[in-house]
Amino acid sequence: MQIRLLLVFAAQKLLRLGRLLMAVAVFTFVLLSFSPIDPVKAYIGADMMQISADQQALIAERWGLDQPMWSRFLDWLGQLLQGNLGTSLVFNQPVSEVIASRFQASLQMLAIAWLLSGLLGLALGLIAGALEGHWIDRLIRLYAYTLASSPTFWVALLLLIVFAVSFKIAPICCAAPPGVLSQNVTFWQHLHHLLLPAVALSIIGIANIALHTRQKLIDVLHSDYVLFARAQGESLWNIVRYHGFRNILLPAITLQFASLSELFGGSVLVEQVFAYPGLGEATVQAALRSDIPLLVGIVFFSALFVYTGNTLADLSYPIIDPRIRLGGQ
Amino acid sequence: MTITVNSPQKSPQKLWRIWRQNNRRQQTLGAIVLGTLFLLGIIVSPWFLGESGLSTVLTQRNQPPSLAHLFGTDWLGRDMLRRSLHGLSLSLRVGLLAASVSALIGTGLGLAAGTFGGWVDAVIIWIVDVFFSLPHLVLLILIAFAVGGGTKGVIIAVALTHWTSLARVIRAEVLQTNSSDYVHLSRHLGKSSLWIARHHMVPHIVPQLLVGLILLFPHAILHEAALSFIGIGLSPHLPAIGIILAESMRHLSTGYWWLGVMPGILLLLAVKAFDWLGENLRSLFDPKTSQG
Amino acid sequence: MLSISNLGVIFTQYDQGLRRKQLTVITALDLDVQAGEVVAVVGASGSGKSLLAHALLGILPENAAMSGTLQFQGEPLTPERSRSLRGKAIALIPQSVGYLDPLMRVGKQVQRVAQLAGQSKANASTSVDRTFARYDLPMATRDRYPFELSGGMARRILVSTAVVTQAQLVIADEPTPGLHPDVVRETLSHLRELAREGRGVILITHDIEAALQIADRVAVFYAGTTVEIAASKDFSLGNLRHPYTQALWRSLPQNEFVPVPGNQPSPEHLPEGCLFSDRCPWVSDICRAERPPLRQLPRIG
Repeated sequence: MQIRLLLVFAAQKLLRLGRLLMAVAVFTFVLLSFSPIDPVKAYIGADMMQISADQQALIAERWGLDQPMWSRFLDWLGQLLQGNLGTSLVFNQPVSEVIASRFQASLQMLAIAWLLSGLLGLALGLIAGALEGHWIDRLIRLYAYTLASSPTFWVALLLLIVFAVSFKIAPICCAAPPGVLSQNVTFWQHLHHLLLPAVALSIIGIANIALHTRQKLIDVLHSDYVLFARAQGESLWNIVRYHGFRNILLPAITLQFASLSELFGGSVLVEQVFAYPGLGEATVQAALRSDIPLLVGIVFFSALFVYTGNTLADLSYPIIDPRIRLGGQ
Repeated sequence: MTITVNSPQKSPQKLWRIWRQNNRRQQTLGAIVLGTLFLLGIIVSPWFLGESGLSTVLTQRNQPPSLAHLFGTDWLGRDMLRRSLHGLSLSLRVGLLAASVSALIGTGLGLAAGTFGGWVDAVIIWIVDVFFSLPHLVLLILIAFAVGGGTKGVIIAVALTHWTSLARVIRAEVLQTNSSDYVHLSRHLGKSSLWIARHHMVPHIVPQLLVGLILLFPHAILHEAALSFIGIGLSPHLPAIGIILAESMRHLSTGYWWLGVMPGILLLLAVKAFDWLGENLRSLFDPKTSQG
Repeated sequence: MLSISNLGVIFTQYDQGLRRKQLTVITALDLDVQAGEVVAVVGASGSGKSLLAHALLGILPENAAMSGTLQFQGEPLTPERSRSLRGKAIALIPQSVGYLDPLMRVGKQVQRVAQLAGQSKANASTSVDRTFARYDLPMATRDRYPFELSGGMARRILVSTAVVTQAQLVIADEPTPGLHPDVVRETLSHLRELAREGRGVILITHDIEAALQIADRVAVFYAGTTVEIAASKDFSLGNLRHPYTQALWRSLPQNEFVPVPGNQPSPEHLPEGCLFSDRCPWVSDICRAERPPLRQLPRIG
C-alpha cells in the first residue's frame, strides 16, 4: 500500500517535472529566438573582422541557424531529450560536464548556507515570535528587515572587507590558495575558502526564514489549542516547546526548501564577489560572454534544482503531519 | 476582604502610551511624507548638484570619509557622495520605470485572469508557475541577456519578472469582489460590467495596487543593482549604483573600504525608505495587516 | 466557593485610520458557585459567557482591562492568583476538539494536563489510564490524533482533561454544540457527576434546555450583564422575574416557540440606561436613564 502510494507519487512528480521542463524549453527558445544577439558574432567576438562571410555562413549552417524556427526547436528538443546540452563556448567542454563540476563546487557552499540560514532563522523567528512586542522581538525584526532590504552582493562585499581585508582571517578570493593545484588542496584550505561565501549566502536567507517563522509562531500562539494550554497553566516556553515547535515545523520546512530558489540566485552574486568558481560564477560568465548553450543548460539545471527542493518538501509533509497523506489533498 | 482588580490608573507611563496610541495616525502620515521627501530628494539630487565634484582632482585622491567628503573620494579624486547620489538617482529612475511597467503588466494580467477565468486564467497561472520554477536572478540574467543587455535589457528583465505576485493579489481581489453579494445584486439590477468594474472593483483594487507598486520598487531597484553589479546591466559609462559598487571591488584589497561601504549604505537606506513607505501606506489603508 | 460581583472587561482596539476605541464587552457580571453544584450560564453569543471563563482563568487577551471583585475559596482572585491556580484548582473543558493540539497524540496531551496539575510523569500516566477507563475510552485512543476521534470520543477526552486535574472548579465552555442528542446527554451526565464528587461546575451554554437538565441554578447573561440568577425549577414553575429570561423560556420549542424580538446591543453602541431597555415590554423612563442594579429576592416556594 505504502509502496504503491510512493510509486503513484513519483509518477505524478515526474510527469509534472516533464511538463515544467517542456514549458521552460519553449519559453527559453522563444526568448532566445527573438533575441537580437547573433550567436555567430557572439561566439567569434573580436575576431569577427578576420573571418569571411563564407566562413560565418558555414558556422551558421553547422549550428543549424539557417533552418526555420520550429524545425530548429524540434531539433534542439531532440538533442535535449538525448541528454545532449551542447558544448560550452567559454569552457570548450560539454555543458553537462561544466555544470556537473561547477555545481560540485557550489553544492558545499549551498549546503552550509542552507543549514546555517535554516537553523539560525528558525531560532531567531521562534524567539521573536514568542516575545512578540518585546524589545528583543523589535531588535530581531529590525535586523531581519534590514537584512531583507540589503543587496546580497553588498553584504558579501562587507564581509569581504571586514574579514578578508581588515582582519585578514579569510582568503580574499577563489576556492583554493593561488598556485595550488586542485588535487593538492587540503580539507582545511578548502573549508577556509568556503566558509565566508557560505556565511554571506546564509545571512540573506536568515531574514526571510526568521520573519516567516515569527509570523507562524504568532499565529500558533493565538490558536485555540494554545489558549487551552494556557488555561492548563502551561508556561510560555513550554507552549513553544510542546505546541509551537511541532506546529511551525511544517511551514518552516516548506519555506526552507522553497528558499533553495533564492539561495541559488544568491550564489550567483556571492560567487561573483568572492570569485568562487562555482555554478553561479559560470552563469555570469555564460551571460557576459554569450555562451548560449551553457546559459540554457544552467536555466534547465536551476529549474530542476528548485523542483527537487519542492518535491523534498512534499515528501516531508506526511512524516511531520499525520493528517497529510502522500499524494492526497 | 475584596479587592478591585486592575483599576485604571493614570500613571505617567500610561498617559505617554495613550498619547502615542492616539498619535499613531499622525505618525503614519508623517512617515509617509518623510519617506517620500527623502526618496524624491535622491532622485532629483543630480539636477541640483550638477557636475560639480565629479571631475578628476588628483590631489584629492583616495581620501577617507571626512567633513569635506562625507563618503570620501575615489582613485580619481571624485567625491563619492555626489557620485553615489548620481548613481542612485539613475538606479531609482530605472527601477521605478521597470517596476511601473511591471505593475501595469501585473494589473492587466491579474484583472484578465480574475475577470475572464477559463483558459485565460489557466494560461496566466501557468506563466506564473513557470516564472516561480526558476530562481529569480537566473530568469533576470536570461531575459536581460536575450534582449541584448544594457539599460534596455535591465528595464525589460526587471519589468517582465516582477509582476507575478501583484497579478496574484489582483486576481484574488477580483475573484473575491466578483463573488460578493453586492456585485451579484448589481448584476441582477442589470448594471453593465463596466459600471460594476468602476463602482465595485476599482475602489477595492486601487489601494492594493498602490501598496503593491510601492513594495515592488525596492525589489526592482535591488535587482537592477545586482544586474549592473555583475556586469549585465547598465554600461560602465553610466555610473549606476551597481556599477559604482562593482568598481569598488577592484580597489578592495588596497583598504579603501569607503568606496564599497558608503554607496551601499545609501542604497540600503533608499530600499528601506521604500519598504517603510509601503508598510505605512498599507497600515493606513488596512490597520489589521500592518506590521505595527 | 466562587463569587463574582460587578465584573467588567474593556477591550482597547484600533479601527480603520488607526483611531483608538474602547469596547465594553462585559459591563457588570455577577455570579456565585458553591462546591457540589452545577451553575449554568446562558445567553446569546456576545453576552460575555466565554469571556467570563477567560477572565477566571487569567487568559484574556492583552488589550483587555478587568474591573470588579472576584473571590475564590475565600480569597481574592487576582490575575496572578488565576495564573497559579489554573490547571490545578480551576480547570476548563473547552468547546471542541479544535482546542487540542492537532499534531500531538491525545494521550500525551491529557497526560501533560495531569503533569501540569502537579503529578509526576508516572502518576500522570496512571491517572490518564484510570480516567480513560472511567470514560470507556479504549487504551488505543491514547495514540490517536485529535482528527481521528469521533464526536463522542472527543467529548469524553475533553472531559478527561478536567478530571485528571482534581480541580475544585470546572468551567465547561459550550461543551455540547451541534452534537447528537445521545452525546449531549452523556456529556451533561459527566458534568453532573463531577459536581457529585464535590466540585463546583460552571456550564456555559446557549442551550437553555441542556442547562435545565442538569443545573441547580441558571444565570442569564445579556450584553455583558447578569440579568437574572434563578433556580432551575423556577423555570418550569413560572417563577421568572426578568422579562428577558421569560422571553427566552417562551422561545423554547416545547413552550410558545416565539422568538425574542430585537437584537442584543453591540458593545460599540451600548445604551445609556438598562441594556435591555430597547426590547423590554416594561420599559420606563427610570430604566432608560439608569441601569437597574441586581437585587436579591426571597426564594419563593
